[in-house]
Amino acid sequence: MNGPHDLGGQMGHGPVMPEPNEPWFHAEWEKKALALTLAMGATGSWNIDTSRHARECLPPVIYLGTSYYEIWLRALVNLMINHDLVTEDELIWGQSMQPGKAMRRVLKAADVPAALAKGGPCDRPCNTAPLFKAGDRVLCRNDHVTTHTRLPRYVRNITGVVVENNGSFVFPDSNSLKQGEQPTWCYAVRFQGADLWGKAADPMTEVMVDLFEPYLEKA
Amino acid sequence: MELRVKALETVLTEKGYIDPAALDVVIETYQNRIGPKNGAKVVAKAWSDPAYLVRLRQDATAAIAELGFSGRQGEHMRIVENTPDLHNLVVCTLCSCYPWSVLGLPPVWYKSAPYRSRAVIDPRGVLAEFGTVLPNDTKIRVWDSTAELRYLVIPLRPQGTEGMSEEALAALVTRDAMIGTGLALPPGSTS
Repeated sequence: MNGPHDLGGQMGHGPVMPEPNEPWFHAEWEKKALALTLAMGATGSWNIDTSRHARECLPPVIYLGTSYYEIWLRALVNLMINHDLVTEDELIWGQSMQPGKAMRRVLKAADVPAALAKGGPCDRPCNTAPLFKAGDRVLCRNDHVTTHTRLPRYVRNITGVVVENNGSFVFPDSNSLKQGEQPTWCYAVRFQGADLWGKAADPMTEVMVDLFEPYLEKA
Repeated sequence: MELRVKALETVLTEKGYIDPAALDVVIETYQNRIGPKNGAKVVAKAWSDPAYLVRLRQDATAAIAELGFSGRQGEHMRIVENTPDLHNLVVCTLCSCYPWSVLGLPPVWYKSAPYRSRAVIDPRGVLAEFGTVLPNDTKIRVWDSTAELRYLVIPLRPQGTEGMSEEALAALVTRDAMIGTGLALPPGSTS
């Protein structure tokens, strides 16, 4: 979707403000926002692409006006309400008012180190031959889908060159909708600065973007 | 916010969705165990051990796992190497993708709109805001982490570091050098 998250090339957001000796967290609740997000993700109630989409769906004013952990937290609450795992009343009162649903898994303390060390690999075998190979010129489709996609706006309708086939992976667009993993090839595609940004671009810049095969056509 | 999050944690615990002790282990892990020191070890070894660099180029995930670093947000790793003519810079314009297994959790600026919007359109300007001024004829290659590959920049090895141990070299490798917003420190500095 053309949401507030799709920031590449936007203007007016001001300078980058690195914080010297930045702490890992800026408040106690941020720690919990991280841990709750990971723990609820581990229940298998949704996948990482569903989570990302829930963040993108926050109203633009909120997405751009809050800290990243608050974005995570608001998206987590929305996911839980949409999945009928909690009610708004329960969150307001801070207590459960009806029994919880059965979870596929509950992340136990003893299992955390192994779960984090394993992560969630998302490479999957693909049963079709790759359409593109290194050196091919490819045009990014100009599709403005209303759901989750990992094709940023700034490369749509732009031609790049395939540098490498990264292998086949879960397709985020279908996975976010819980329509299956639909493994697809993912390519590292190189775009010249001038092709993306026009005459004002620094000629000595290029951008590499990892793009899934359905986003591309032969140029 | 503290109260809202506490209420959320209470409800989820009462419903049996989470184990509160697991939250503490997650927090402890990312606060104390996983951080840019991991990545610095990888870089120092890449500088010191040509055979290791070859393995990193062939299969970075496996080569990084040799040092004990693996897992969440590092499942599919790639290294990108700076050269005198080419500087690499990593961003995620769509969210906050970052190689947690080697760098830990991303800093606020990495997840912020200014960095995510400008890294792709004005990388040289962004680098200058970090005090990293490159010659105009140095090519900048920006890596937008739009899929599940995670990128670790191997910065140029600073001059005057010949013969230094991996441990001493690792102290010169900053987080920002491994994102690409900075360079490795000259010998005599510490990160």
